[in-house]
Amino acid sequence: MSVALSAPPPSRLRLGLRAGLGVAVLLLAALPTLNALPADHALHVSDFIVSVTGKWICYAILALSLDLAWGYAGILSLGHGAFFALGGYAMGMHLMRLIGPRGAYGHPVLPDFMVFLGYTDLPWFWQGFQYFPYAMLMVLLVPGALALVVGFLAFRSRITGVYLSILTQAMTYALMLAFFRNDMGFGGNNGFTDFKELLGMPLGTPAARAMLFYASLVALVGSFLICAALTRTKYGRVLTAIRDAESRARFLGYDTTQHKLFAFVLSAMLAGLAGALYVPQVGIINPGEFSPGNSIEAVIWVAVGGRGTLAGAVLGAFSVNALKTWLTSAAPDLWLFVLGGLFVAVTLFLPRGLIGLFDRLRRRRAS
Amino acid sequence: MTGRALYLDGVSVVFDGFRALNNLSLIVEPGELRAVIGPNGAGKTTMMDVITGKTRPTAGTVRFGDTDLTRLDEPSIATLGIGRKFQKPTVFDQLTVFENLELALKAPRGPIACVKWHLSGEARDRIAQVTEEVGLLARAHDPAGILSHGQRQWLEIGMLLAQDPELLLVDEPVAGMTDAETEHTAAMLVGIAGTRSVVVVEHDLEFVRALGRRVTVLHEGSVLSEGSIDHVQNDPRVIEVYLGR
Ligand SMILES: Nc1ncnc2c1ncn2[C@@H]1O[C@H](COP(=O)(O)OP(=O)(O)OP(=O)(O)O)[C@@H](O)[C@H]1O
Ligand SMILES: [Mg+2]
Repeated sequence: MSVALSAPPPSRLRLGLRAGLGVAVLLLAALPTLNALPADHALHVSDFIVSVTGKWICYAILALSLDLAWGYAGILSLGHGAFFALGGYAMGMHLMRLIGPRGAYGHPVLPDFMVFLGYTDLPWFWQGFQYFPYAMLMVLLVPGALALVVGFLAFRSRITGVYLSILTQAMTYALMLAFFRNDMGFGGNNGFTDFKELLGMPLGTPAARAMLFYASLVALVGSFLICAALTRTKYGRVLTAIRDAESRARFLGYDTTQHKLFAFVLSAMLAGLAGALYVPQVGIINPGEFSPGNSIEAVIWVAVGGRGTLAGAVLGAFSVNALKTWLTSAAPDLWLFVLGGLFVAVTLFLPRGLIGLFDRLRRRRAS
Repeated sequence: MTGRALYLDGVSVVFDGFRALNNLSLIVEPGELRAVIGPNGAGKTTMMDVITGKTRPTAGTVRFGDTDLTRLDEPSIATLGIGRKFQKPTVFDQLTVFENLELALKAPRGPIACVKWHLSGEARDRIAQVTEEVGLLARAHDPAGILSHGQRQWLEIGMLLAQDPELLLVDEPVAGMTDAETEHTAAMLVGIAGTRSVVVVEHDLEFVRALGRRVTVLHEGSVLSEGSIDHVQNDPRVIEVYLGR
């Protein structure tokens, strides 16, 4: 016997969001072109806008990655900044190697800080970073490997909820302390800076800025599509099931440790990618990127935008950072209070974030 | 299919000095339908917890065929072919009825397999069939979170059917059901048994009678009596601790 079961209609919200996202991407893509217009042109966009938007795009990728872990798999990571920073450091190592003899000390191979600290040879873990593909591989593999180890230990021991959050926070804090040490071989508290070029392109030029901007935008769209495709598979529904009733999923035969690990590692790799795109745009990476506050801020972006929806994560990253950029120049002392207040307000009044708010408004208009 | 028997031998579970199971022994033959009754706190749910890997026994043997269940975790036991319906219906609220059943449907359970999973026509038909069997066809695309208690109960039964296990552990399936639904459930379980083994825990004696199979009475963590419903209902020890109250 066979009974017909029709497919459910696609949700209006989802269709609306998709259209909105498409328009947003087109607008973003136009920014570098508008930046190239003469300064007195009505549509001219300043360098500042392009560079700050380029950063936000990287944050949006980080938000997506966190949303995959938190919004879908229920892993509230308060240490995602660590994966972002590790990706950034891997890219930074590549950029440092590309400086070559152009450093202040003029050493043919060793970065300035190593000469300063009296290194005679390049440490083994710096080998290979002069090659772009190798560095890109590390951008993904290093955060992925850390997530694999931490995730395996935590998920296997069934550490969940607040304990897991504390663990991830401790992870990023420990890494921050480690990277502050000079003898780690990562430039101590100064980190890496004074980058010269990437892929033969001198950094700091409008052309480089535009290229990095486009690369980030492509990465954001790509990450979004990957996450969207993934969460629409049965795997995405398994994650939702684990998030809402992990023990029940186990009794259905799902090895939840494996499933969570898969999501967590993938998420860490995306965060690493975001960090790698971020560093050449801001021109510096230092241990401050591991600071626990960064990870918490990323959680707030996702919460504000609406966790469990990919569009929400992206929206949250852009809107909170736009607010931050404006506020830190308008009233710098206020920012942390506003950030905290925002989180409390969203938790209390907008559990589904801005996306949930739109959904509610749309429904009200429809009825 | 030759089927595997379930053996519990001398199983004890101690929670902080309290013996929830006390030297419990039970054999369920392949294809058998067994009813388990007993007063509140007798250890019925704990017995299911032990079989499904949720609780490790303090002592004793738990085997399914040749496999020692005490060494396995929940997902491994589930993939071995032991499915469970919980006393308190637990379904995935954010997912639709259809999606809940799709997750339960027998299929490879690894992350990669789930990414690659494609809902075949056969799988869709099977889900539709189960959805109809549990009377939720009209609710197929509603989130499970908005179902009534009775419908959640049915959805969980549907998930158990979709899982197609070799041994079904069914904890209080008819709580909150109407008489007609109770009858339907009894007929369904009787229909499943034979090719599958079924252990059903129930307080409702009418239901147990309708099953018409061997009954095990648990009391204070061990077997008090075993036999036909008439036999156990006339057993003076059973009357004393359970039926006579
Ligand atoms: N995790 C636990 N920790 C401590 N005590 C427990 C735990 N699980 C069960 N118990 C106790 O073990 C005893 C048996 O519980 P169990 O749930 O197995 O009873 P039951 O026969 O299913 O009862 P009911 O008919 O009420 O469902 C009860 O006294 C219960 O309080
Ligand atoms: Mg019980």
